[in-house]
Amino acid sequence: MTIQKDNPFPCDEETSTKAVAVHCKGITKAYGSGSEVVNALNGINLEVRTGELTMLVGPSGCGKTTLISIMAGILDQDEGDCVLFGKSFKSMSDLEKTRYRGAQVGFVFQSFNLIPTLTAAENVAVPLLIRKIDRKTAVEKAGETLKNVGLGDRLNALPAQLSGGQQQRVAIARALVHDPRLIVCDEPTSALDHETGFRIMELLQYAALCADRALVIVTHDPRIFDFADRIAKMDDGRIVEVFDSPEDMKE
Amino acid sequence: MRFVAIKMLVGDRAKYLGIVMGLAFASFLITEQLAIFTGLMTRTFGFITDTAIADIWVMDPKVQFVDDIKPMQDMQLYRTRGVDGVEWAVPLYKGLLKAKLENGNYQTVIVIGLDDATLIGSPPVMLKGQAADLRRSEAVIVDTVGAAGKLSKPSPVPGQKRIPLAIGDTLEINDNRASVAGICKVSRTFQSQPVIYTTYSRATTFAPKERKLLSFVLVKAKPGEDVKALASRIKAVTGLAAYTRDEFKELTIRYYMKYTGIPINFGMAVLLGFIVGTAIAGQTFYSFTLENLRHFGTLKAMGTTNKTLLGMIVLQALMVGSIGYGIGVGAATAFGKLVKDTELAFRLPWQLLVITAVAISLICVFAALLSIRKVMKLEPAIVFKT
Ligand SMILES: Nc1ncnc2c1ncn2[C@@H]1O[C@H](COP(=O)(O)OP(=O)(O)OP(=O)(O)O)[C@@H](O)[C@H]1O
Ligand SMILES: [Mg+2]
Repeated sequence: MTIQKDNPFPCDEETSTKAVAVHCKGITKAYGSGSEVVNALNGINLEVRTGELTMLVGPSGCGKTTLISIMAGILDQDEGDCVLFGKSFKSMSDLEKTRYRGAQVGFVFQSFNLIPTLTAAENVAVPLLIRKIDRKTAVEKAGETLKNVGLGDRLNALPAQLSGGQQQRVAIARALVHDPRLIVCDEPTSALDHETGFRIMELLQYAALCADRALVIVTHDPRIFDFADRIAKMDDGRIVEVFDSPEDMKE
Repeated sequence: MRFVAIKMLVGDRAKYLGIVMGLAFASFLITEQLAIFTGLMTRTFGFITDTAIADIWVMDPKVQFVDDIKPMQDMQLYRTRGVDGVEWAVPLYKGLLKAKLENGNYQTVIVIGLDDATLIGSPPVMLKGQAADLRRSEAVIVDTVGAAGKLSKPSPVPGQKRIPLAIGDTLEINDNRASVAGICKVSRTFQSQPVIYTTYSRATTFAPKERKLLSFVLVKAKPGEDVKALASRIKAVTGLAAYTRDEFKELTIRYYMKYTGIPINFGMAVLLGFIVGTAIAGQTFYSFTLENLRHFGTLKAMGTTNKTLLGMIVLQALMVGSIGYGIGVGAATAFGKLVKDTELAFRLPWQLLVITAVAISLICVFAALLSIRKVMKLEPAIVFKT
């Protein structure tokens, strides 16, 4: 696999002043009701900055997925508010939130979530199609993005014809194609072997990260902690500590 | 996103074909049953169709349909002739009589007696001989189905095919000799007995002696005369019932609709097609949506609005609907062509295609609604669930 060395994504490293991408204040979230209630988040305060790869780590069930869901605007918190690039989700209607997501958020999933009947290029084109860009332009742009993740020769392959690592590359291209400012990844390497996971993290770090974009990755795979700029450690619905580098956490 | 919707649907071959076939089956069943029903209903008034020359049928007011004969006195003919606007009026006899065949067997036949002078109402299609041959003494014209069937003679060699009644053969109707002078073709009706045409006077000789023998008076309106108005005038003057051709057909159909099990039987079959179609297609379409729920969720998370998702599902439903409809209606038409020359009644006027289209649309709407409801309520947060 070769990644072109000139970064194709509109990142302007020079003007990098790390701005606040997401600011979460006092987030709580409970699932269920009555005696069955599960308090998934118990007052989360977290700042995610652009130009950084922030990792959310912690034991299973501690609320990592719940938190990035709220940060990405696909789940409503009970209390508190998340402000994404200066806009509060609380102030948005469902429709506005959907539109905002379409423009500002890219998603990468553990199980890729590619549409099986679309080719790689078509899958990558979807975020552009959602934004009503015509099909020809969208698929062309998707093709370019796929080249940049090293899949320029598999544009017309169906997901089933690709390996797990390749599928995750397609998913990353899909998360990048419309140039969103926040990319959320839930366990992007868990379905992959170590080597492939490592390559995926390299790709994310190289291709996705840039000065005006923030990357939030949920993981409990300690082997990829080294890719993080900051690590937020969670337990029982709380942020227990934020480390400014992987080395800090190891100590 | 239309493109994504179509690819999602078509890409899943097995399901896609399942839905289309379900809808095709439903649309075939509905169209075919309606067509047979329409065909049967057309048969009920076959005799009126065959007697197309008459503008107006005059009869006893108690008559409920074309085979329901309530004889009138002959003088009603003259009273009808006297009505203003009548170009001509002729008598018509129609009755069930017993015919004795050469081998001594008895067979009930429908005897039609035509005005002696004009022979108005003669058979629509003559296969052998001609209508004018009825003027010969003892002459009758027999319909070909009856001649080859119930009136045919056994072969002298046992086990061989029966011999159809032919010109020159004789039979006895109520002890009166009748000689076959022609073979004709008539529209199928619900009455399965052979049809025998003869003159009015001969028919009334055949019939048991009664005071009233006139079944119908056939009326032609003067050129430019409003047929409907003339019918009501005849009614007013004579106190009889007078229907235009179409009104009489309608009266007949309405009778069959009301007093026979036919509409119910066909209604059930059509309903069954509808239900089976809804069940199969609706169920498969819904399960297609369920299977793709994760992808709909992903699309939603990635910023697809509910409105767009709704459009996608409607498009998918429209697509399977129109393809299924096309196949079903096509198959029904082919079926119609296939059975054209058989005993099966089959008529497919364009109105039936509209009815089927509406039914299939309803099925699709129903199937789509379930799916739409599911997708609208879908939480995009499911995308992170594995
Ligand atoms: N839809 C839901 N309904 C009820 N409870 C839920 C739901 N989603 C999550 N939970 C509960 O909320 C808590 C936090 O879940 P969450 O998925 O955020 O954890 P996580 O940190 O992502 O765990 P993992 O590492 O196993 O993915 C868990 O106790 C979980 O059981
Ligand atoms: Mg999780």
